[in-house]
Amino acid sequence: MIDLEDIRKTYHSGGRAVHALADVNLAIRQGEVFGIIGRSGAGKSTLIRMLNLLERPTEGAVKVDGRDITAFSDAQLREYRRGVGMVFQHFNLLRSRTVLDNVCFPLRLAGMTRDARLARAREVLALVGLSDHAHKYPGQLSGGQQQRVGIARALANRPRLLLCDEATSALDPETTQSILRLLGDINRRLGLTIVLITHSMDVIRAVCDRVAVIEAGRIVESGEVLEVFLHPRHDATQSLLSESGMDAEGWRAMADGLTGRLLRLSFRGDATVQPLLSRISRELSLDLSILQGSVGRIKDTPFGQLVVCVQGPDESLARLDAMLSDAGVDHELLRP
Amino acid sequence: MLANVDWWLIGKASIDTLLMTGFSLLFTVLIGLPVGVLLFLTAPGQVLDNRAVYQTVAFVVNVLRSVPFLILLIVMIPLTRVLAGTALGVQGAIPPLVASAAPFFARLVENVLRELDPGVSEACRAMGANSRQTVLWALIPEATTGILAAIVVTAITLVGYSAMSGVIGGGGLGDLALRFGYQRYQTDVMVVTVLILVVMVQVLQVFGDRWVAKMNRK
Repeated sequence: MIDLEDIRKTYHSGGRAVHALADVNLAIRQGEVFGIIGRSGAGKSTLIRMLNLLERPTEGAVKVDGRDITAFSDAQLREYRRGVGMVFQHFNLLRSRTVLDNVCFPLRLAGMTRDARLARAREVLALVGLSDHAHKYPGQLSGGQQQRVGIARALANRPRLLLCDEATSALDPETTQSILRLLGDINRRLGLTIVLITHSMDVIRAVCDRVAVIEAGRIVESGEVLEVFLHPRHDATQSLLSESGMDAEGWRAMADGLTGRLLRLSFRGDATVQPLLSRISRELSLDLSILQGSVGRIKDTPFGQLVVCVQGPDESLARLDAMLSDAGVDHELLRP
Repeated sequence: MLANVDWWLIGKASIDTLLMTGFSLLFTVLIGLPVGVLLFLTAPGQVLDNRAVYQTVAFVVNVLRSVPFLILLIVMIPLTRVLAGTALGVQGAIPPLVASAAPFFARLVENVLRELDPGVSEACRAMGANSRQTVLWALIPEATTGILAAIVVTAITLVGYSAMSGVIGGGGLGDLALRFGYQRYQTDVMVVTVLILVVMVQVLQVFGDRWVAKMNRK
């Protein structure tokens, strides 16, 4: 649906060129939730603003359904933006207007009649669960409620693409979960394509289908969320993962004093709930100790990852590989 | 005590002061508001970033603000005659008052707009609003309370300046204080006019603040 081709964004400050984005290529598919993760200053805000041209690329094309939007006239661009919703970290609501008027705003821009505007605004407010607050002012609502207004406003004009700029970064953990559930729900029910940026792997894990990791203006890793979580390749990804309690390297500290073979086992889907370790120990008479592990869900898929130390007779160890493969578990030899 | 005080004269002068303040405030807002918005919009990095327009308007505003009001009052006499038909009385005081207060008010408006969260502007752009829609439908409504507070401050400044116009026969309480209180040594008249001016300013401030608080949604 969206193709970013060789995007480069260069700022000039004090005679020096600063590359905010370089060689960015991304393809975002219709109907998916695509996450872009990176630290502050990595370029993710600039990147998401390329998708509605709040920031223009210095070089490269932003193609939406094959049409390069950087070539649009001002009027065409405004028309395009009316079909793209955007949700902001600090909500950016009009504080002098009621919730209802805030949601009507994009509809007024679209030239809808007053009655049609009000009807549609009430519809989206019901969708985000704020029908009772229509006549309040943003200042009277909690952060989570204000963000729901922001989402309702972004959805009012029936966009095909929703951009979320750190939409949950200003919210507490519980509110973050409820906003993420709402986004997931919208994605499923309306089939809306969502692109979000965040600095938190938990956000990616909760709602995204695919993820791109950005560092110093470059995409360093991208792919299916499950794949990136279970097999992170780049240092930036690993450090972001370890911050959300998914430290892929934590086993090293414990492995030094142990003898035996070290394996990393990655489970996904149904494999996660099999009693695999007890079968290994019973059928192959191997001793297992778990050095590190995490079990959870990525969006709707259960996953698990264990680092284990295996000790036992050589002939049993030889049969271990086959047994793990039969069970559909990815295994990686960390130390023979 | 108060032997020299002609209450009828005091009453008439008070009404003149209110008329001068009221009319000049009206014209000040009518002229200063668009100029303030223009300054904001054409400033570097803003929606209509335009160096030439910004610097020209800013120059005129700065010149008018740097001329002391008393001098402006005198320098403007020929222009005042053209605009108001006379350089005397209530009518004659209004053009110089506006010339002095409008640039001041414009700067206040510019500052109020500049203090607004830039996120609002960004959200408008993201929703496909053009500059006119952004300014009229979002920025000015968002700035309303700040602009009201600026109107109150300007009104109070105008009460003070209108008294000064008494020097060139502008009428009102200042004129009275000057002619009776100063030139004829009638201290009681001076005290009464000053008290009335103090009360006027207090009333404006108190009701102004309430008005602003009532309109505030933050």
